[in-house]
Amino acid sequence: MHTRDPIHGHDHKNGHEPEHEAGDDGVHEFPLDLAAVRARLASSPGKEHWRSLEELAADPHFEELLHREFPRQASEWDDSLDRRGFLRLMGASLALAGLSGCGRAPEETIVPYVKNPEGLTLGKPLFYATAMTFGADAMGLLVESHEGRPTKIEGNPDHPSSLGATDAFAQAAVLGLYDPDRSQVVTHLGEISSWGTFQAEATAIATALKAQGGAGLRLLSGSVTSPTLVAQVAALLKQFPQAKWHQWEPAGSDGAREGGKLAYGRYVNTVYHPEKADVILSLDADFLGSGPGHVRYAKEFFRRRNPGRGGLLAEYGVKPMNRLYVVEPTPSVTGAAADHRLPLRMSEIELFARALAGKLGLGGLAVLPGKLGEWLDAAAADLQKHRGASLIVAGECQPAEVHALAQAINQALGNAGKTLDYTEPVEAQPVHHIESLRALCTDMYDGKVDTLLILGGNPGYDAPHDFAFVEKLKKVRVAIRLGAYADETSDYCHWHIPEAHFLESWSDARAFDGTISIVQPLIAPLYQGKTAHEVIGAFSDKPGQTSYDLVREHWKTLDVGGGFEKSWRKVLNDGVVPGTALPSIHPLLKWNPASLPPVKTAPPDELEFIFRPDPGVFDGRFANNGWLQELPRPLTKLTWDNAALVSPATAEKLGLGHRIASRGGEHGQVRADLVDIELFGSKVTAATWTVPGQADGVITLPLGYGRSKAGHTGTNKGFNAYAVRASWGLWAATGGKIAATGADYPLACTQYHFNMEGRELVRAAPLEEFHRHPNFAQEKGEAPPKELTLYKEYEYPGYAWGMAIDLSKCFGCNACVVACQSENNIPVVGKDQVMRGREMHWIRIDRYYASPSQETGLENPDAYFQPVTCQQCENAPCELVCPVGATVHSAEGLNDMVYNRCVGTRYCSNNCPYKVRRFNFLRFQDWETPSLKLMRNPEVTVRSRGVMEKCTYCVQRINNTRIEAEEDNNRKIRDGEIVTACEAACPAEAIVFGNANDANSRVARLKAQSRNYTILGELNTRPRTSYLAAVRNPNPALEPPGKTETEKR
Amino acid sequence: MAQIFHRSTNFIARFSIYSALFLAALALLVIATVARSPYMTNQNIAREQPVQFSHKHHVGDDGLDCRYCHTSVETSAVAGVPPTKTSMNCHSLLFNNSEYLEPVRESFRSGKSIEWVKIHRLPDFVYFNHSIHVNKGVGCSTCHGQINQMPLVWQASSLQMEWCLACHRDAGANLRPKSEIFNMDWKPAANQTELGRLLAEKYNLRSVAELTSCSTCHR
Repeated sequence: MHTRDPIHGHDHKNGHEPEHEAGDDGVHEFPLDLAAVRARLASSPGKEHWRSLEELAADPHFEELLHREFPRQASEWDDSLDRRGFLRLMGASLALAGLSGCGRAPEETIVPYVKNPEGLTLGKPLFYATAMTFGADAMGLLVESHEGRPTKIEGNPDHPSSLGATDAFAQAAVLGLYDPDRSQVVTHLGEISSWGTFQAEATAIATALKAQGGAGLRLLSGSVTSPTLVAQVAALLKQFPQAKWHQWEPAGSDGAREGGKLAYGRYVNTVYHPEKADVILSLDADFLGSGPGHVRYAKEFFRRRNPGRGGLLAEYGVKPMNRLYVVEPTPSVTGAAADHRLPLRMSEIELFARALAGKLGLGGLAVLPGKLGEWLDAAAADLQKHRGASLIVAGECQPAEVHALAQAINQALGNAGKTLDYTEPVEAQPVHHIESLRALCTDMYDGKVDTLLILGGNPGYDAPHDFAFVEKLKKVRVAIRLGAYADETSDYCHWHIPEAHFLESWSDARAFDGTISIVQPLIAPLYQGKTAHEVIGAFSDKPGQTSYDLVREHWKTLDVGGGFEKSWRKVLNDGVVPGTALPSIHPLLKWNPASLPPVKTAPPDELEFIFRPDPGVFDGRFANNGWLQELPRPLTKLTWDNAALVSPATAEKLGLGHRIASRGGEHGQVRADLVDIELFGSKVTAATWTVPGQADGVITLPLGYGRSKAGHTGTNKGFNAYAVRASWGLWAATGGKIAATGADYPLACTQYHFNMEGRELVRAAPLEEFHRHPNFAQEKGEAPPKELTLYKEYEYPGYAWGMAIDLSKCFGCNACVVACQSENNIPVVGKDQVMRGREMHWIRIDRYYASPSQETGLENPDAYFQPVTCQQCENAPCELVCPVGATVHSAEGLNDMVYNRCVGTRYCSNNCPYKVRRFNFLRFQDWETPSLKLMRNPEVTVRSRGVMEKCTYCVQRINNTRIEAEEDNNRKIRDGEIVTACEAACPAEAIVFGNANDANSRVARLKAQSRNYTILGELNTRPRTSYLAAVRNPNPALEPPGKTETEKR
Repeated sequence: MAQIFHRSTNFIARFSIYSALFLAALALLVIATVARSPYMTNQNIAREQPVQFSHKHHVGDDGLDCRYCHTSVETSAVAGVPPTKTSMNCHSLLFNNSEYLEPVRESFRSGKSIEWVKIHRLPDFVYFNHSIHVNKGVGCSTCHGQINQMPLVWQASSLQMEWCLACHRDAGANLRPKSEIFNMDWKPAANQTELGRLLAEKYNLRSVAELTSCSTCHR
């Protein structure tokens, strides 16, 4: 099946590519009619919550998709195999199937240890504390190890960046570790070499360099916070005084660094305390979803999202609900969580910030036109009212001026020292990254660079195109690259050293507030990987030291009580070095916003192109991680590709759109128009995607895709936005051109998957409405009487497991999805299969939009997220229809799924109103690759083809905890003792699991709240998972009148 | 018009139908018997091991406690096959020149594990936990048989699901006081029904419904 791939412009054969082009037999395209969508939105009463534009348009073809869970002919053989070939194959497989089913069990051997490792009980996992560095932040983790194999990542409750939760990137790190595509050998000029040979070469280079004082030696790394590495680099620079150290993070924030410098005349690090803030304004800051400390910030922020009523609040010591304003050019999860969100063009953000500063008496302009002005006035008044308890956060992608303005406004509102603190920078040597890289490129061009050490990163792929990094790299005499993959950069380097994964390395790292963790390995390097410590060490006076020696040596004066060895063990055990958080400083504002030059906004009719790290693959570093590739992006729900995001109005103006290309009712294949984007003389062809909530005239180009050498999973996916990213327009650029090519491109979008007949599943209300009608959520659905069933009642005298998910808190970050995938051995299926609606995630996050008023319409709808897993119904429709008893009710109320009994009729799934069962159509799990076998959780069956699977409430964790409790004098399982994988990962504490039979358990108390409701409860399925209705806290001054829930009803 | 078939055809027809039914029943019976036979279950078949280790000698004659080697049986899902080091604890002094023990010494010298042939093998989708059984009054010999009389170990029980369920449905029949767990010679008491009931209560056994839920063993 050769397809012409319009994005990459060459023919290739790839399992993840679609097999049919538009117009093939059986493929029908249904164009989306935006005018119809608007008409429908305008005609009230419209649907309250909607997931896709097609749904809103009541597209008849979309309706057809709704009515079929599995595509028509989903199980049909649609490869181009003729009938004879098919029969021949079938005959053979039938004969073999008959035999293989009845064979004797194969003989196995037991391979015990020669000497038992200390502290290990066979069959019991051990947890080790370590940390994952990410730019200028590190997240403390507890990693589960089964007999020496790290299998699952949890957050470290003692670490300030984590507080026990994680994000999707951290969850996916185990797959990164076992990735079979990682580079495995040292290479020199493309030939296999060895670390020993490199070491000898390094010593020779060091000797030669010494004579010239290190002239010509250059170091290129990302942001570095590791104290050991910093000390090593410092020693190296002392040894070679003329050497230089450059830093480049393609998605790092020069704006934040330089903004601090602009405001305070020096680099500072800002640490926020969202828990202390009553009113928060985000200037394009996705502080809940990305950037240093985001998991911590999400934890703190959502602790203030309890919409309890007056008396209740005091009773539980819960602080009143906070309020979040967000202005942003492109939708983010933070924007989706906002009480008020305003789409603004990138260049207007600064205008807005200046106007706000003016409003607060900091000088400068203070008037904004029309609606924008009203919005600003309301927000400014709200901030004023909460002086000292408000917070302004500027976004990572915003320029220095906006950051300086945010600092000035925070100072003016008296927030410094209250809702935010300043510390010395976390990075050892903060620099202006783009200038740092520019200087390096200039030196390379001038032939001043003799030896270049590239530690991690991937500048050959992600440097601004005008730097022509790769061309200049060719002028370097010896380029040495430490990298996890032999990628775009390694191609042009003389030496490539495989980099050890953080789970294989000794190191140390600072978190967003400066807290230091020792990074300890869980496993010896799988592929003889080396760390940056060892590569720098190779050039030092004492070559050949291991990372372990180097890190220990750096910390030899460590004493937290009891001498070094005891302290060392303690900090390794705890995952943090106590007392290393940077102390707060009180810098003086040395800058006046009025001194800013007149603002330059792009002309309103000119398109603005903005760059953003992709929520899945970030800056491209995770491109080869299948879990992250297949993770539906929070708002677009796209997988395996990026797309240029445009607003509905801009799409209409440019004549762009996408069409559901369903083949016999398949969900998920969408054909999107391709565009040529020309920016600064550079061109790229991208698919487009229409996103409600995007600012008009803004085109978002997500970074991290279009990798030409990422590995089997990540190569040639999506389009490369770096191709049009120039050093003078790192985050935003105007003056580009966009033109439809006339061709289209298939995208795998899961927002069409597993629909639930368009019923009202998300229930939401403003805070005030909730206080007046606490039962609004329950009133919306009817609860049938208990006896309305033909079947025998189950009784649950013991435990009754249940879950409550707070929709006020879920912000769609996806950490739970990957956590579940990792815990439950869930396979990746690939783009082609996602386009057939066969993705396997046991937990999906439905994203709903709601347009409370006509003016917000498509341009700025509210967004809600609803995680849906198996609801573990007490009257489960699935159980009744299984002909082989493969799904049955457990005594504690779980819908047990018995894989070895399942024969794959899929009746259960057809009868499931929640569409949470996943069928393993093909053998999606990779059973051959040895390294992936190490990754699997031994506590969960690895399912094969032809078997239905679904969420089990992590029954392995339930069973193991129950056994522990029973062995401990038959005590009852304590509340919170069983933590499901999704609950553990959730940064918002939105998911709570426990024993619903115990009235004092957290889950029972949540279920007793008035916001509690079950989805499709009217079917009398009596789900064990219930939801707490979303409550938002809008500013009454901004609420459009006459549109509250009650009045609508 | 003459009859096409002779009268005797009736007999042939009846005979074929009944024999077909009979043969089908026979085939089912054969399949059921074969499936339960030691040929399929490996029950009662002793296996050669890389080292001629005798449980009969170590347990029966020397009186070693099970837990000297199977250290994690009371705390973990797996009882644990001992590391080479455990053998060497004694055999660095006892029989330290014996030819039979050469594979053990070789393993200790080279750091390479001895690969024992697995006798008790459950399918991968079954999650058996030793510790909970031991802690609830199910003794070793209930499933493993009288290991103290096995020179080479064989599988004493069928390990089929019906065998598991028989006990989960009526656990009392196999419960013993915790003091007798590691007693290889324990036999059900004369008043086992009564004793089982008392022990089940004392050890807080879960209900039959709970013990026979699928997710108790499968996940």
